[in-house]
Amino acid sequence: MTFRLSLTLALALATPAFADPAQRVLTLGGSVTEIAVALGAQDRLIGRDSTSTFPPSVIALPDVGYFRALSPEGVLALNPDLILSESGAGPQEALDVLNAAGIPFTMSGPDTSPDGLIAKITTIANALDLPDEGKALAADVAQGLQQARARAATVESPKRVLFILSLQGGRVMAGGEGSSAESIIELAGGINAGMGFDGYKQITDEAVLTAAPDVILMMDREGDLAINNDMVLAHPALSQTPAAKTGAILRMDGLLLLGFGPRTPQAAADLHALLYPGQG
Amino acid sequence: MVALPLPLRARSRPQPRAVTLTLVALLLAVSLLSLGTGAAGLSPTRLIAAFTGGEALTRAETLILYDIRLPRLAMGLMVGAALAVAGALMQGLFRNPLADPGIVGVGAGAGLGAVSAIVLGGLLPPALAALTGAHLIPFAAFLGGWIATLILTRVAASGGQTAIATLLLAGIALGAIAGAATGILTFLADDQQLRDLTFWSMGSLAGASWAKIATALPLILPVLLLSPLLARALNALALGEPQAAHLGIHVERTKRLTILATAAAAGAATAIAGGIGFVGIVVPHLLRLATGPDHRALLPHAALLGGTLLIGADMIARTLTAPAELPIGIVTATLGAPVFLWILLRRRGLAGI
Repeated sequence: MTFRLSLTLALALATPAFADPAQRVLTLGGSVTEIAVALGAQDRLIGRDSTSTFPPSVIALPDVGYFRALSPEGVLALNPDLILSESGAGPQEALDVLNAAGIPFTMSGPDTSPDGLIAKITTIANALDLPDEGKALAADVAQGLQQARARAATVESPKRVLFILSLQGGRVMAGGEGSSAESIIELAGGINAGMGFDGYKQITDEAVLTAAPDVILMMDREGDLAINNDMVLAHPALSQTPAAKTGAILRMDGLLLLGFGPRTPQAAADLHALLYPGQG
Repeated sequence: MVALPLPLRARSRPQPRAVTLTLVALLLAVSLLSLGTGAAGLSPTRLIAAFTGGEALTRAETLILYDIRLPRLAMGLMVGAALAVAGALMQGLFRNPLADPGIVGVGAGAGLGAVSAIVLGGLLPPALAALTGAHLIPFAAFLGGWIATLILTRVAASGGQTAIATLLLAGIALGAIAGAATGILTFLADDQQLRDLTFWSMGSLAGASWAKIATALPLILPVLLLSPLLARALNALALGEPQAAHLGIHVERTKRLTILATAAAAGAATAIAGGIGFVGIVVPHLLRLATGPDHRALLPHAALLGGTLLIGADMIARTLTAPAELPIGIVTATLGAPVFLWILLRRRGLAGI
């Protein structure tokens, strides 16, 4: 009881004592921007960072650059009355200046797991003064995640999926343990074939062969970073994997796949449908 | 070692005094322009009105001026001057117009220090981390640059003599070692650390704050003020070491002081602003073309022009992609490299490089 009281008090203190909810909101981080839009606050957004590319309607907003290398003056020039950020915004000196300017700043937790996602939605909804919309969206997403987990549990023979982030210079950079790629692969009912290393790392050809993925998963990219199937099939190690031999090479939009925002249940469902066609 | 060219026929050069006045005027003009330019309003005319006591600034304008633009201006001036003077000192010591502070391992060492702080900073005991806080990266970068220079001077010193050729080769070896260690740490880094690292290596004045300036000023200011004392010795060194010794120059002491000054200035500059290339080579070269190789004019002029150049580059970095900003290293390279090439091509016949 006491705990609940102190928590309410803390939340009450954390919300800025403004009579009106903020009307000029700057969102930093792709998933934060997506959540703000999903909560119906699109018309209150006045700026975004370079990682915020969905929904397409936000692209027209002024871009303050990469959220870990903010320019304090650029941010102030947009005259925001609230800043919502993914964890990791910086540099600290820029945050100090924004703090001195008295702009309320809400940073979500660093957790990219499904639970972290629900917490992030709640934090952002409270900062935007949309608690009911927040509860509804959190319930929606939680239900979607639950469905995805249930769907994943029904898979009888899970496929081994290797997520390839880049193939620069013929070296495979893959998603390992604890990466956001692993989270989404597991939500979709697959097994992450990238084992024995953390995060995103370049792995040796032998490690690729040992991973023996049934499916290769990549981001749908344009330009220099695009990896076409010929590159995969021409790669000495990748070409020897079961995935290459059966032509099981999948692509999905990067922010949808790895962003861990409101569309994550959708991403899990899409990936599941691609991995196990005809299994509902 | 290529000797610095001494012109075979005297060309008419502008008087050093006229050049000094021009550089000071240029610095003041660029400073005022820079203070009155940025993503958030506050024009030069408004500034002049405020400084002459005509109008009062709003709270937001005051914040932008004193917490953002002035620290950036001071830091740009300091870092630019430090890099240009360090470059001029190294070129004088090595008697080679292409020498830069990187030669004594400052850059590689500072890079390794910064990368260590970014990747391994989380492993520090909380008490120590709290002590350094936001200054952990600059502190580690400075320490790395300093250690690298110490090792180099030790390696190159034998029997009380500093062998310039050995110093150069040892610098290359040390650079390779630091590069390898940086590579290992890069491999260990996670996504976010990798991005931080990339941004640090491109350099930026975005993190300018009075605290950072106060950290670096005690290292940079003495070098800027005292380096002209080395001018006569460096001028004599241009003739060769034995000749300089015959002229009554303490060659060993000159070498040691020059390296010390370079390590302090370039190390502190790199520590607070990251890797900013090109200033140390372009600025002294331009000045040698204007006023000749005399270090008595070259060193103070390098400080003025280096500072001006960096303030100008930072202004472009802040405004070109507003409200976002470009890393300043990109701007200095994009602006500096073509200008430098053009000068080289134009003066190829005369400069004898």
